[in-house]
Amino acid sequence: MRAAAISPARFLPALFGLFCLFCAVAVVEGLLRAGLLNRFIVPLPTEVAGSFGRLFGEEHLLARFLTTVQETFYAMAILALIGVPVGTLLYQVPVLRKATETWISALASAPIVLMYPLFLVIFGRSAATIIVMGVIAGLPPLILKTIEGLSGTRQSLINVGRSFRLTRAQMLTKIMLPAALPTIFVGLRLGLIFALINIVGVEFLINFGGLGQLINDLAERYDMPGMYATIVFVILVSVLFFFVTERLERWLRRMA
Amino acid sequence: MASADGMKGRARAAGAGIGVMQVRIVLLVSLLAAWEIMARSGLLYRDVVPPLETIGWALVVLLSSQAFYWNLGVTIAEVLAALAIGGSVGFMTGVLLGGSRFFGRALEPYIYYLGPTPKIIFFPIMIMWFGVGPGSKIAMGAVSCFFPIALSAAASMRQIDTVLIRVGRSFRANGWQMAMKIYLPAMRPSVMNGIRLGLGIAIIGTLLAETKLSNRGIGYLIMQAYSIFDMPRMYALLITLFAFAIGANAIVGRFGGHTTGK
Repeated sequence: MRAAAISPARFLPALFGLFCLFCAVAVVEGLLRAGLLNRFIVPLPTEVAGSFGRLFGEEHLLARFLTTVQETFYAMAILALIGVPVGTLLYQVPVLRKATETWISALASAPIVLMYPLFLVIFGRSAATIIVMGVIAGLPPLILKTIEGLSGTRQSLINVGRSFRLTRAQMLTKIMLPAALPTIFVGLRLGLIFALINIVGVEFLINFGGLGQLINDLAERYDMPGMYATIVFVILVSVLFFFVTERLERWLRRMA
Repeated sequence: MASADGMKGRARAAGAGIGVMQVRIVLLVSLLAAWEIMARSGLLYRDVVPPLETIGWALVVLLSSQAFYWNLGVTIAEVLAALAIGGSVGFMTGVLLGGSRFFGRALEPYIYYLGPTPKIIFFPIMIMWFGVGPGSKIAMGAVSCFFPIALSAAASMRQIDTVLIRVGRSFRANGWQMAMKIYLPAMRPSVMNGIRLGLGIAIIGTLLAETKLSNRGIGYLIMQAYSIFDMPRMYALLITLFAFAIGANAIVGRFGGHTTGK
């Protein structure tokens, strides 16, 4: 069984997937070189790969990336500071929770990002607009998951707390919040994914900040290889972020 | 939700059961009152938070203008085209990946991990490929809704009860009959849920593209209101936009039959 689990056949689909990706890139390169695709619209993949050095050197890709990371970090801090207490409050006051839970779910699926021109008027073309858009997008999942986590605390843990005659505040901080942590982390992760999507998107739309602005800049300068390379970079960063937080979430669940 | 607050919550809810609707009304009224106080206090920039009455009038003016309906028609057409293109390609991709274990394991991770990336950054590419007209907006919407629909179609293919497939085969159903009588009905709830998600994302993708570069559609009207600092009109547009998104979601949800868990 074990030998079968680690046999090379296990990696065959992944290798095939990589092979398909490589083939697709090679086909595009071939079509471009043969003149069947327009090089003014699609740059050569080799040119795109080659432009990374220039992007890091001249366009300060790393600094742009750090700007986006910084905005995301601020958004995450504000998210945690608002989302977890609001979720806890709603859990503690069931009437309020019942009254607002459907509203929050509706908000989670509403096209909130389209409100960015409104915040553009209120905060101007600044990092504040970007961060606020990130926070607004991330809040609903975090609040809902905080409520879910607190509601799912095992009865035996609560009984232990009661037998120690814990006060309501102690019960919350010593028993319920630690027990709800894995679920709250799921909410934070979801919120952060939504926030990151909005942050990069709004950066691009309002032409301000980190990676999103760089894409807009390069598009306006008609630097096709640079623009494609930055888009690839953003995709890689998003995928890496998604992958790492997913692993972290699984690890936390196992620990719990 | 084998919940700790189960009994306690129920007991409290019974005591406060009458309160839910009242709480909602109180919350709404206090929100509106807070808005009105902010608007009239002069603490914020004039017009950033306009009085409710002004927003109401702007809504009336907007809804009675012919130009609004023309632009709404453009946006609806773009979103529907995006959903038709992105949805059908996504569905076919999902069926292919869900139907084959090997292809699913080889290629589905790419769709799964590409799903939560910010799609709007592809807009400059779409402009290059499809021009500055409605084509690039449709493409943005299509790219956005492709991912949730493909993933849900793949998942629903895998969830089909094998008994149903065996029943179809025992009746010697041909490929078309298998698809129409077995596969599609069994996949419907999950696929409809995917379409509902996809529609929401297609609306966002299309409208964001319209706000970036366009001369028609609701996104364009929003940016026009922004550029002339007509805040009441912008609020009115956002309200109608949210109503449009919620309405579209409800229509697709009705077709889905509400049989899905999430």
